[in-house]
Amino acid sequence: MSGRGEAARTAERIARDSYGRLVAFLAARTRDVAGAEDALGEAFAAALRLWPDDGVPDNPDAWLLTVARRRQTDALRRRQTRAAGEEHIQLMADEIEDAAGTAGDIPDRRLALMFACAHPAIEPGMRAPLILQTILGLTAIDIAAAFLIPPATMGQRLVRAKTRIREAGIPFAVPEKEELPDRLDAVLDAVYAAYGKGWNEIGDAAPELAEEAIWLGRLLASLLPDQPEAKGMLALMLYTEARRPARRDPAGAYVPLESQDIALWDGEMLLQAEQLLREASQGGPSGRYQLEAAIQSAHVARRQTGADTWPAILALYTHLERLTHSPVVTLNRAVALSETDGPEAALTLLDTLEPDKRMESYQPYWAARGHLLARAGRRGEAREALTLALGLATDNAVRHYLQGQITPLTDG
Amino acid sequence: MRFMMLIHHNEAELAAAEQKQLWADYAAFNEALGKAEGAESGIRLEPAGKATTVRTTGDKTDVLDGPYADTKEQFAGYFFIDVPTLEDAVVWAKRCPSSRYGSIEIRPVHVPQAGSWK
Repeated sequence: MSGRGEAARTAERIARDSYGRLVAFLAARTRDVAGAEDALGEAFAAALRLWPDDGVPDNPDAWLLTVARRRQTDALRRRQTRAAGEEHIQLMADEIEDAAGTAGDIPDRRLALMFACAHPAIEPGMRAPLILQTILGLTAIDIAAAFLIPPATMGQRLVRAKTRIREAGIPFAVPEKEELPDRLDAVLDAVYAAYGKGWNEIGDAAPELAEEAIWLGRLLASLLPDQPEAKGMLALMLYTEARRPARRDPAGAYVPLESQDIALWDGEMLLQAEQLLREASQGGPSGRYQLEAAIQSAHVARRQTGADTWPAILALYTHLERLTHSPVVTLNRAVALSETDGPEAALTLLDTLEPDKRMESYQPYWAARGHLLARAGRRGEAREALTLALGLATDNAVRHYLQGQITPLTDG
Repeated sequence: MRFMMLIHHNEAELAAAEQKQLWADYAAFNEALGKAEGAESGIRLEPAGKATTVRTTGDKTDVLDGPYADTKEQFAGYFFIDVPTLEDAVVWAKRCPSSRYGSIEIRPVHVPQAGSWK
């Protein structure tokens, strides 16, 4: 990467860091997220434009606040005659004035803002987009692209969600101890959903979103050092991310885990993941993310050392299934079971999912079922299941892979 | 929500595709669609060159050869799905092989309100 590119990335990171902290600080006092974003929006855009060339200022928070305050004053002058909204603008200006006085040491309220964004009163699908926008300053257009919905629709939904924060009296606070684990789950789920968008999609915006989610994961783990699940989720993302370069062959075709070239894995990132998982398991009972990270750790160990870790993976999935009652986990447990007890045992387990209507259009279910049937020598049924998996695929690399699986089942 | 999925093809691009694989993919897509609750398999239209367009202005009726609009992408067929959200509809559009050779327009089916048509 060029020097300019490197400088731009560093500047962007620092600007995001400051931006999120300032939005959180201002919004926590007024409960007006949109107002805080408006106040800082132009300053943030200016930072992204100027810092890569001029260098990052010594006190980025103070820089952003100074620019925001100037813009605020301009806006105030322009609107002097307009009574409507005047009070609000004055309030925002006061906020910025106050904050500017303490710019050297802005308290970090980002955690509280994330809890507000992932509050039960906010619809689950909007929690991740809200966090991406308020903490990272991503635009509705970028978020919409990753979430595969029209930009205008995403924009409207974000506005509605922010209005809801203000009007539904959603608190800007880190929940009390008893409430924390449940509420934290919602925050972690939102960040992980953002990561999932970046992982599943092959589009241009997607890997970037995965990076943003990991950044948020690091932020959460650092702000909540005593919460093992925060570390567990970060570890899970890093295990997955470390294998990204091996997920496609040079022609872009999908490469399953068992066939990946482990020399392409990011060893440094895997070490970080191991370390986080170790810390997490010393920190208390294992939740969903720790268990999933442990499963990834076992997969990595199997490929790196050749050790048979399938029994451990099966045990972890069994534990996870009890915890989540998720059909997706049952599906994965069936795949692990096929490695320890053979494909027929796994198919018997999969049959228990059959009545679940959600499986009808769930691509991984048909892909797994097809592979297990093929391994069991039930060629006709395998072809049918893999054909459904092909019809439900949205990714070209996966589509090509499945076409390759179906062809030998069709001939002869 | 019930959505009509309107398929628009770039006919040149479609013709250039590897036909055997394309129609195998389409067969797989139709299998999947057939299994989805509330979905209705599609109707494929003959190419836009076979279209006839009728328009009445006042007392005058024009009958013209060819499609309604002479654009690069032409209306080529449709299917219905019944899914909870627009996001789910977008996933179905991505699954449809035609999305790679043109575009899929997603239109919610109008549900008339009691006593009015608007």
